Amino acid sequence: MEVPILKQGAFLIATFQAALSDADLNQLRMGLVQQVVKFRSRAVIVDVTAMDVMDSFASRTLREIAHMIRLRGAETVIVGIQPEVAFAMVQLGLTLEGVATALDLEEGLAYLNEKFKTTN
Amino acid sequence: MAKRDGTFTSPELKQAEEPSELLRELVAHLRQNRTQLREEWVVRITETRLLTAMTKEEIFAEATSVYDSYVEALETEAFEALQAYARNLSERIIPRGVETHEVVGIVLLLRDVLARSLFAKYQTDFKKLNRILDAYEPAANRIANTVAVGFVQERERVIRQQQEAIRELSTPVLQVRERLLILPIIGVIDPQRARQLTEQLLRGIRTNRAKVVVIDITGVAAMDVTVANHLVQTVEASRLLGATVIVTGLSPEIAQTLVTIGVDLGKMNTVGDLQGGIEQAERLLGYKVETLAEPR
Repeated sequence: MEVPILKQGAFLIATFQAALSDADLNQLRMGLVQQVVKFRSRAVIVDVTAMDVMDSFASRTLREIAHMIRLRGAETVIVGIQPEVAFAMVQLGLTLEGVATALDLEEGLAYLNEKFKTTN
Repeated sequence: MAKRDGTFTSPELKQAEEPSELLRELVAHLRQNRTQLREEWVVRITETRLLTAMTKEEIFAEATSVYDSYVEALETEAFEALQAYARNLSERIIPRGVETHEVVGIVLLLRDVLARSLFAKYQTDFKKLNRILDAYEPAANRIANTVAVGFVQERERVIRQQQEAIRELSTPVLQVRERLLILPIIGVIDPQRARQLTEQLLRGIRTNRAKVVVIDITGVAAMDVTVANHLVQTVEASRLLGATVIVTGLSPEIAQTLVTIGVDLGKMNTVGDLQGGIEQAERLLGYKVETLAEPR
């Protein structure tokens, strides 16, 4: 199942579906990293609201996406992590250090708008 | 059962001096001298300054029923009634601050008072005294033991009950401003409670759409390595939900503990007291609090 990548103004939005295979995740990673420069996006929002379990591969991929996007000159915000998932991730030591997080898509957009308003 | 004196005795005499016979004689003696011995006991209690939390009348009333239960336990050698009485007594006097040593002390005093009266009664017949004491001492010690154990058990029951009450105390997650939650933690945190706290906090962040959380641990007396790590995990999990956590009210002892056990607190945002924490949270959220007029 391919993850759709939506363009919303200066941002890209990718919404995770439940039950993504490792191949889907790899594909998403490559897609985002390519498109972020293609569309001259300033930031990427990854929405994981639908995921009620997050394994180590998924959360490592999230972190890799964030770091690769940064190298491509943009920022990443992970939004919609469920409370149970958050605690499970922390217990596994997957804390996504250095990656911005927000409660949901709305919050993520608000965060980015605020951030780019002040830098301009 | 073994007789200490190897001298020969006539069969009837031997019959009369079976331990149960001796106990019966003993009980009769104690019943006969009830008023005097009880008063002597109360005087001894007052002299040794035991049960200071109770009035003289109360001591006398309790002493009477303890004395009667004591004699009854000696007579019947059934300790259930005494045990129940001891528990009931403990239930009444523990809330008034009566200590374990006092309860044990009064029972031992009674044992001594009764033993003295036996010495006085049988001072002319040393061998008889010996046999009476043989019968009396094990029973008396068992009574003392029963009462002390009953008291301690009652005490432990109260402690257990209180621990449960503490655990059941709800841990409120409160919204004090739009997008600002506070979580005051009071009492002992064990791993189970820590987990419950974290779950409630994360759910609270989601339902209140909180951006900043102030966790106040002024009311937490001690923290071990498990709980400290759990706190760090809570802070990290909150961040994954997009909320910043400020921890306030770390006591000097807890600060010392955390430094000694080497918990990584680099990710934690700490402020001295709750007020400072809320002020910082307001700054993060862009609130500005002003005084409009002098307080009346």
